Amino acid sequence: MIRFDNVSKRYPGGFEALGNVSFQLERGAQAFLTGHSGAGKSTLLKLVAMIERPTRGQVFVDGQNVSRLSRRRIPFLRRKIGFIFQNHHLLFDRTVFDNVALPLIIAGYRHQEIGRRARAALDKVGLLSKERLYPITLSGGEQQRVGIARAVVNKPLLLLADEPTGNLDPELSREIMNLFALFNQVGVTVLIASHDIALIEQLNHPVITLDHGHLLNPAGLSA
Amino acid sequence: MNHARSNRRRSPHHWSQSLRRRLSLQTWLLRHAQVAFDSLGRLYRSWVSSLMTAAVLGIALAMPASMYLLLDNLDRLSGSWDGQASLSVFLKAGVSEDAARTLANKVGNWPEIAAVTLITPAEALEEFGQHSGFADVLGALDKNPLPVVLLVTPGPGYSDALSAGKLQEKFRALAETELAQLDLEWVQRLAAMLDIARRGIEVISALLALAVLLVVGNTIRLEIQNRREEIVVTKLIGATNSFIRRPFLYSGIWYGVFGAGVAWLMVEISFWLLTGPVQQLTGLYQSNFTLQTLPLQLLLMLLGSGTILGLLGSWLAVGRHLSAIEPT
Repeated sequence: MIRFDNVSKRYPGGFEALGNVSFQLERGAQAFLTGHSGAGKSTLLKLVAMIERPTRGQVFVDGQNVSRLSRRRIPFLRRKIGFIFQNHHLLFDRTVFDNVALPLIIAGYRHQEIGRRARAALDKVGLLSKERLYPITLSGGEQQRVGIARAVVNKPLLLLADEPTGNLDPELSREIMNLFALFNQVGVTVLIASHDIALIEQLNHPVITLDHGHLLNPAGLSA
Repeated sequence: MNHARSNRRRSPHHWSQSLRRRLSLQTWLLRHAQVAFDSLGRLYRSWVSSLMTAAVLGIALAMPASMYLLLDNLDRLSGSWDGQASLSVFLKAGVSEDAARTLANKVGNWPEIAAVTLITPAEALEEFGQHSGFADVLGALDKNPLPVVLLVTPGPGYSDALSAGKLQEKFRALAETELAQLDLEWVQRLAAMLDIARRGIEVISALLALAVLLVVGNTIRLEIQNRREEIVVTKLIGATNSFIRRPFLYSGIWYGVFGAGVAWLMVEISFWLLTGPVQQLTGLYQSNFTLQTLPLQLLLMLLGSGTILGLLGSWLAVGRHLSAIEPT
């Protein structure tokens, strides 16, 4: 599902966020991406969604070489990916329902279909009763679940999560992880960046560890 | 034959395809209507600033519109002399009415002349007395000082300035003529002045159109900045540029439409204010001229140019500023 071939990312100014990273994540797999802060976890996820472009090397998503993707094609790549952000990136001037429905509206779904799918996604994260509320009135854990509902609403092939439990207490973090496991069970490939080692160790999934932009355990996954 | 059969075989597929296309077209139209409505709601929620922007646009659009209207009215005023050249031939004082009638019959047969009307000194005196308010003074005169006048209307094909000028020369050459005056002259001068005014208005209109473009562009630029976070988020979840562009373009259109509306209101009010005095003035000139307010055609033009300028202005702003906003 994801393949990195000798990927390096150097930001303007010379800072090398990733150096010569190669790995492969199979379709339907679930893996953690870990490492100290500043190790390049976010950069790696951004390269998958083409929020950043690699300086060297090639990134493949769903068999497609995305590092060569034209700007016009990028939106269509992103529609295959559900991205969950640490700070949620919710729109606070819209209701929970409207936030979750946004990817469907963007993709041009029909009105009835949008209502059905958005409610199904909200139901999965247990927030159906709060669809009319505004995100500001929700707790941090609930906001994160809205973010997850928005990420999965158009049934993406791939879920990327950048520190999804960063601001949550252990119990809420477990709930969120259980949600990801649920989506993984129905075939969605899941890649979660987290530095919560304790949580990661409880769950039996492959781990990609980054250290100063370099892969520490290339053997941990099929390289 | 072969072709027809293959067509028939394909038709159910075609049918479903066209149905799907129609559904997606419906969805597309619905989406546009939604975005248009949404943009309208956004303007309404900050109605004070929206109104101020619309007022600025309205003033900029009302200026050329009212000038055009003024010009239109002047045009109609000068047009009521129907643009026809006519020649007033004042005969010498010694020419009798009978001699004048003979002359009128003679020139009436010239090919370039459509009609000749003879105005006797008595008729002229009466008309002059009626219209000028000098009837009392004229009555004090012991002798009618007015000459016989031939009012000559050139025939079709001879009423342009050149032919009418030639005709004027021909009348000047007659022994009976004291003065042959071409009445077209001042109408022509007025028309020339109106042409200059029209050109001036075109230049001013272009400048004001530019102002509208810049005002809309700047307003939309601010709106883009205010909604930066939203743009970033929608880009992150796969929105195309055209999707992000759409609400801003509709905002621009709405600004243009409302600006045109305000302009229309301004023009109507100012012309309504002018109607009374103009009526008074034209009354003094014995004219039943009435000031014409915005005709439908001009109103549509106003609305159309407002819409197009609004769209164009927002298009410029969106093109310049939207691509600069990328998620990082």
